[in-house]
Amino acid sequence: MTVLARQDGRTDPPAAGGIRARRPLFTARGREAVAGWLMSAPVIVLLLVFLVAPIAMAAWVSVSDWNGIGSPFASGVHAVGGRNYAALLTQPGLPQQQLGESLRNNLYYVIIVVPVQTALALGLALIVSRKRLAGRGFFRTSYYFPSMTSSVAVSILFLYIFGTAGVLNAIIGDLGGQGPNWLDDPNGVLHIVLSGLGVTTAPGALANHGFLGVSWWDWLAGPSVAMIAIIALAIWTTAGTFMLIFLPAIYAIPSDITEAATMDGANAWQRFRRITLPMLRPALFLVLTLGLISTWQVFDQIYLMSQGNPAGTTLTPAFLSYLTSFQDQQWGQGAAIAFILFALIVVLTIAQRLIISERRAGRAS
Amino acid sequence: MRRYFSKRRRLVNRTLLYLALVLFAVIYVYPFLLDIGTAFKTESDAAAHPLSPIPQHWVVTAFTELEQQDFVRWLANSVVVAVFVTLGRLVFDSMAGYALARLRFRGRGGLFAAIIAVMAVPSVVLLIPTFLVLKEMNLFNTYPGMILPLVTDAAGVFIMRQFFLTVPPGIEEAAKIDGAGIFRTYWSVVLPMARPALITLMILSFQGSWNNFSMILVAHSSPSLDTLTTGVGRLVSGQLGAGSQYPLQLAAALAMTIPVAIIFFVFQKYIMRTGEGAIKE
Repeated sequence: MTVLARQDGRTDPPAAGGIRARRPLFTARGREAVAGWLMSAPVIVLLLVFLVAPIAMAAWVSVSDWNGIGSPFASGVHAVGGRNYAALLTQPGLPQQQLGESLRNNLYYVIIVVPVQTALALGLALIVSRKRLAGRGFFRTSYYFPSMTSSVAVSILFLYIFGTAGVLNAIIGDLGGQGPNWLDDPNGVLHIVLSGLGVTTAPGALANHGFLGVSWWDWLAGPSVAMIAIIALAIWTTAGTFMLIFLPAIYAIPSDITEAATMDGANAWQRFRRITLPMLRPALFLVLTLGLISTWQVFDQIYLMSQGNPAGTTLTPAFLSYLTSFQDQQWGQGAAIAFILFALIVVLTIAQRLIISERRAGRAS
Repeated sequence: MRRYFSKRRRLVNRTLLYLALVLFAVIYVYPFLLDIGTAFKTESDAAAHPLSPIPQHWVVTAFTELEQQDFVRWLANSVVVAVFVTLGRLVFDSMAGYALARLRFRGRGGLFAAIIAVMAVPSVVLLIPTFLVLKEMNLFNTYPGMILPLVTDAAGVFIMRQFFLTVPPGIEEAAKIDGAGIFRTYWSVVLPMARPALITLMILSFQGSWNNFSMILVAHSSPSLDTLTTGVGRLVSGQLGAGSQYPLQLAAALAMTIPVAIIFFVFQKYIMRTGEGAIKE
C-alpha cells in the first residue's frame, strides 16, 4: 500500500493557463494526456466489451424470459421482473431446493477447505523457511508444484486416487479395511457419524422445517463422502499457493525479536503465538480472503469429477448456474444464480473485513 | 543434566520435523510418480497394482490412443490460445500500467480505481455473461472468442503499474531531453528495464491460459476448437471415453502438465521469489 500512497502524492499541478486549454495537443502536457489515454485504450476497450457489457447483459437476462434462442435483445423477449430470483429464493420448488442444496454443499466445502488449507500452508511455510534445512528447495518445489498444474490434470489424478479400485482404497485394503465408493457415496459425513451413534431417522422438528427447500436435518448432513474427495483435492492443490504468500512475510520478521524472546525464556509455542502469528496477520488476512473468495467459486473440479452427483451432494452454485443455463436452457435462472453467488461473495468478503478490523480495534483499546 | 535433556529434545524435535517433511513430500510427490508410471501401464496392470509407480510391462498404448483422440489438435489449439493471450496481456497490460504509473492525464485516478474494482469480480460469475456477449458479437466458436476474454485482465495492469512506480524516473527524463517522444521512450527505454515484471506477467498469463478450463468451455461448442483442458476434460467426464481408462487419462494429464512443468523449472527463481534474499544473517 505504500506504493499507492506515493502515487497519490504526485497529483497534477493546477492548469497552466489559457494556451494549454486552447491547443492541448501542442503542449507537452496535452501530448502526455493523449498518450495516456491511447496507451490505456486497449485495456479499457477490452474491459468494457468483455467485462462490463457481459455483466450488464447477464443482468438483463436474469430479469427476462429469454430461452436461449436468438438474441436476448430480440422483440420476443420480455422482462419478468424478479420472477427468476423469486423462483430461486422464495418459492418452494425444484429450483429453490437445488440452490439450497448447492449452498449447503459449498458451505461445508468452504468451512473445511479454508481453515485446513490456511493452517497447512502456514505450517509448510514455517518449516521450509528454516535456515538450516537439508533439501529445502526440493520440499518447496514439491509443495508448490500442484499449484502450477491444471485443474483437469489434478482432477484426473484424484479420480484415480479416490476411484473404487483406486490408490486410496488399495492402501486401506492393505491395512485390512475396506474403503467406500468415494465418488458414488452421497451420505453426509455427519449423518454417518450420527447413525453410528444410533440416530438413523431425523427428529420431527428438524425433518419438517427447513430453509431454501432443504430440511434442517439435511442442512446438518455434513459434506458427502464424494465431496470429501473434492475437498481433499482443493486442500492438496492450494496449500502450496498460499505457502508462497506466507514465505515472504515470515522472512520479513526481524530475527532479533525472536532471538530476544528466546533469551527471555519463551518456548517455541510462545514465540509462535506471541510473535510470529501477530506479525503474520496481514498475510493471514490475505490468505483467508483469497481462500474464501476462491472456495465459493469451485467449478472445474465439480464439472470434471462429479457433475454434481451423487444425489446432488456435490452440486455448487457455480456449477448449478452453468447447468441451469447451458443444459436446461433456463438462462434467466442461471444468470440469477450467478448474481446471487456474486452478492454472496461480496457480502462475505466485507463481513470478514469488518470482523477482523473490529477485533483489531478491540484489542488496541 | 538440563543440557543433556535439551540436547536430546532437540534431536527428537529434528527427527519429528524431518518425518513431517518427508510425509508431506510423499503426499505431494507420490501422486505425480504414480501418474507417470501408470501412463505407461496396461489397463489391467493399472487396475491390479494401483500403488506401484513402476509398470510390469512398459507400454505406450495410452499415448497412441491419445493421438487417435485428436490430442494433437487440442495441443495446437492450446498453444494458439496461450501464445496470443500471453502476447496480448504483455503488450496491453504494460502499456496501460505505464500510462497509469507515469503519464499525467485527467481521469487517471478514476481509471485506476475502476481497474482495482474490476479485479474484485469473481471469474466464475463471468461464465454466462461471457457466453452471452460472444454469441451477440458472433465470436462464439472462434479463436478470437476464446482468446479475447482471457486477454481481458486487470491484475496484469496492476502488476505492471506497481513495477513502473518503483523505477526511478531519471532515465526517462534523460530520454525526453534527448528529444524522444513518449512512445519511443516507453518502447526503447522503459520496457527493456521492465524485464523482471514482464517475465512474471508472462508466467502468470501463460500458465493461466494454458490451464484455463471454464472460460474456454463456454466460448466454444465445436470439438475442433477444443484445447487440451476441454478436450481432455470431455474425455474424463465420460463424453468420449467409456469406463475408467486410467492409463489413457493419466497419460493425458501427464502430457498437458509438461509445458507448465518446463516453465516452472526454467523460471523457478521468478515464481518462488519469496524475499529470502532480504534477510540479514
